Amino acid sequence: MSTVDVAHPIHKTFTGLDNRKVAIWAFIGSECLFFASLIGTYLVYKGRSVVGPFPHEEWTSPSGQHFEQIFEIPLVTFGTGVLLFSSFFVVMALAGAQHGNRKMMIGWLSATIVAGLFFIGMQVYEFTHFAHKGLGFTTNLFGSSFYTLTGFHGTHVTIGIIWLTTVLVLAVRGKIPPEKALNLELAALYWHFVDVVWIVIFPVVYLMR
Amino acid sequence: MEDTIHKTTLTREGPWPSVVKYIKVAVVLFALTALEVLAYEIVDEGAPAALAAAIEPVLVAILLVLSAAKFVLVGAFYMHLKQDSVFFSSLFVFPIAVAGMLVAVLIVLFSYMNSLY
Repeated sequence: MSTVDVAHPIHKTFTGLDNRKVAIWAFIGSECLFFASLIGTYLVYKGRSVVGPFPHEEWTSPSGQHFEQIFEIPLVTFGTGVLLFSSFFVVMALAGAQHGNRKMMIGWLSATIVAGLFFIGMQVYEFTHFAHKGLGFTTNLFGSSFYTLTGFHGTHVTIGIIWLTTVLVLAVRGKIPPEKALNLELAALYWHFVDVVWIVIFPVVYLMR
Repeated sequence: MEDTIHKTTLTREGPWPSVVKYIKVAVVLFALTALEVLAYEIVDEGAPAALAAAIEPVLVAILLVLSAAKFVLVGAFYMHLKQDSVFFSSLFVFPIAVAGMLVAVLIVLFSYMNSLY
């Protein structure tokens, strides 16, 4: 006699796995290749800019205009820490959802969204600051590859914030009972993926000279 | 019967980590990030001089190892790949392997092209 999973009776596949979870993992797999192409492009163009400003060195143009180094490591380190902790926040929210602790789920989910918003705020400030320092999208190879890579990551963070906010609204309305915790788990998996991409981008872009 | 076969081949069915484990992982992730930035700052500031000279040639390797450790920790414990189905792990690990090869091939190709001109 076979057993029936009451929580997800219509989503099981022949593998015995939930098809929504298979779908999000397949999507995350495809996203790995997307970001690999962007990181690869950044690496092959690294150090090949003919004109400044440069990420780690000061530069004076032939016309005598002086440019400071672009990166500010303390700010981006703080943003990285916040994004890392947001991954912890979302697993705590998921634990709350699975144990039927609505207060815990809503609290940690709100903290995750706030952390994500802080990271995006940091990135907006960083981009604005870099533009004031003379680094535009078409200034040099560094500018083009840097803004493309980190901009796409920031877009993914923004999409993650929107997704988590919709889950938060459902949670507040009491529509995420323990048997529907998978709805939060799928959003959490996407959020963790966004985090692991930044785990690669941070040292490759900001710390490697 | 069929269900049983799929369960034994595709799922690990292990219990998910406890809250204490999540906290421990968060602390380790924070510590590894601090080590990354510390290694960069020592080389950037050149102080202490002896340590900076020792770290500089291996800075990239240090950063890659620390980054990989953080990646594995988040994947294994926060994304629950250590406890979840092997099928999900393969859906994640195979594209990462292809992605790694893609980046390596791009670097080799462009290095070769640049050596020609």
